[in-house]
Amino acid sequence: MSALIELNALGFAWPGQTELLDIPHFRLERGETLFLRGPSGSGKTTLLGLLGGVMRPGRGQIRLLGEELATLSAARRDQFRVDHTGYIFQQFNLLPFLSVQENVELPCHFSALRRQRARERHGSETEAAQALLSALGLGGHALSKQRAGALSIGQQQRVAAARALIGQPELVIADEPTSALDTDTRETFLRLLFTECQAAGASLLFVSHDQSLASLFDRSVSLAELNRATRPAES
Amino acid sequence: MYLFRLALASVSNRRFTALLTVFAIALSACLLLAVERVRTEAKTSFASTISGTDLVVGARSGAVNLLLYSVFRIGNATNNIRWDSYTQLKENPRVKWAIPLSLGDSHRGYRVLGTNLSYFEHYHYGRNQPLLIQEGRPFQDLFDVVLGAEVAEALQYNVGDQIVLAHGVSIISLVDHADKPFTVVGILARTGTPVDRTLHISLEGMEALHVDWQNGTPARDKGHISAEQARQLDLTPKGITAVLLGLNSKIATFSLQRTINEYRGEPLMAILPGVALQELWSLMSTAEQALFIVSLFVVLTGLIGMLTALLTSLNERRREMAILRSVGARPGHIFGLLMAEAFALALMGVVAGLGLLYAGIAVAQAPVQAHYGLYLPLTWPSAYEWRLLGGILGAALLIGCLPAWRAYRQSLTDGLSVRL
Repeated sequence: MSALIELNALGFAWPGQTELLDIPHFRLERGETLFLRGPSGSGKTTLLGLLGGVMRPGRGQIRLLGEELATLSAARRDQFRVDHTGYIFQQFNLLPFLSVQENVELPCHFSALRRQRARERHGSETEAAQALLSALGLGGHALSKQRAGALSIGQQQRVAAARALIGQPELVIADEPTSALDTDTRETFLRLLFTECQAAGASLLFVSHDQSLASLFDRSVSLAELNRATRPAES
Repeated sequence: MYLFRLALASVSNRRFTALLTVFAIALSACLLLAVERVRTEAKTSFASTISGTDLVVGARSGAVNLLLYSVFRIGNATNNIRWDSYTQLKENPRVKWAIPLSLGDSHRGYRVLGTNLSYFEHYHYGRNQPLLIQEGRPFQDLFDVVLGAEVAEALQYNVGDQIVLAHGVSIISLVDHADKPFTVVGILARTGTPVDRTLHISLEGMEALHVDWQNGTPARDKGHISAEQARQLDLTPKGITAVLLGLNSKIATFSLQRTINEYRGEPLMAILPGVALQELWSLMSTAEQALFIVSLFVVLTGLIGMLTALLTSLNERRREMAILRSVGARPGHIFGLLMAEAFALALMGVVAGLGLLYAGIAVAQAPVQAHYGLYLPLTWPSAYEWRLLGGILGAALLIGCLPAWRAYRQSLTDGLSVRL
């Protein structure tokens, strides 16, 4: 079985700057949960941008599900991203003016594939969103009709997780999703995330600087180890 | 469609600025339509001031001047027409009817018109509508007066009231005809034309007022002729101001016009009222166009308001755009989202503008008609007005391209997450 993500001889530099990323090799297997440790400024955001197809690498290969991202057009990369990747960011993940329900359904409006999968498994996008929300402890009609902006940060992150998982994308990328949460909610959130990723058969790429969480994952990697471009003075 | 719903949700999240924007567009659209409607109606009502009359005859001057004093009762004739010229015209076999008009006196700012009963029969306006007497009857006695609707309403006169006419046409007249009061015997129905602002008396009555006058001043003591004495005199006027002619056949219009213009008895001039009306209107078209251009600029200002609101919102919405990107919106979607928003704002503005317009017309219809004789109809927008509204929406879309393009660029550089 091919890897979910495979990077080969990847290099990236902002125009006029020295190379920020130089990753000889990196793999993420299907269904794997990986903790990627990287302090801010280590090129973490850039790597995620490359994986999302928002940016093109200067050199090397990025394969997602066996597809070479760099050869796809910008529009195809966008489509590929929404079809196969769900995102959870640090905070402010939701459109505050939409309801919780509408927020969770958002990817289904931009990806026919995920809409189709949600329907196949749950009957409709609404059902799929409801199922994910209740699995994440946010069940109930009253809550799903609420404006997303009215929820607490912890609840918002769980809604974001539900959104990342709807329509079963193969990969969930979480960029510091727990840093706005307190320690108790952090663990609960992670456990829920693991369970749901497993249920959906999704791999989880979890990026954080918080080493204490690393033990919960299948594998833990430091970006500094991967990235040869990082100069010792900075790490 | 989904983008449009997203745009609406986003707009309603910023409803205060959105409302202001919509309001500005609504006001400007309303103004544009109002100007357009008043312009159209003014032109129509102007063109229908007089109808059915084939030629207007007066002393030789300018066509517009003749039209102004004979039809609009503005200004004065430079010269009179002799009575025998009038009778000759009336006898002309090509002439079906002739209405003599004699101007010069006034009553509290309203013009007094001396004429005869043919006026009530043949003077038509609008789409060939005759004058209707709403109350009372036409004048019969020497000192009878028939009022235009506005005169009766503004001065609160009723049939049976006695009024005194003033010499000359200024609002405050130093000389009046207090010795020969007139009795109101009839009030005309409203026409929306200068007829509403006119007091009608017989030519003989007009003559009787001035029978004892010499050199423009009333006679004193001995020369004075009382109202009763005047009745005994021959009151056939020596001259009148203008004549309105209706012909048996329209084909004869130009030849009769030439005949009159070449009349040897005295210098006369005949004009076609339709042509003169157009000439007069074209004098005003500059002002009319200026008004239209000003309202176009007001629309532009409204749209620039929208542009400002959209552009300033972009920065605070970078996160929104990034979130949309992360759930799969392509930069093209972001562009579409902003366009949808601009369109939604403009559409709401235009709809609200129409609402304002109709509310305004409903409120102002009666007073505008009363004061300006202008009837503003509460009808559906005309094809031209729809095109204007479509133009506003088109311009909004065009202007919306700018913030849409900026958002597009921004979403390309920001990617999926924004550090704010």
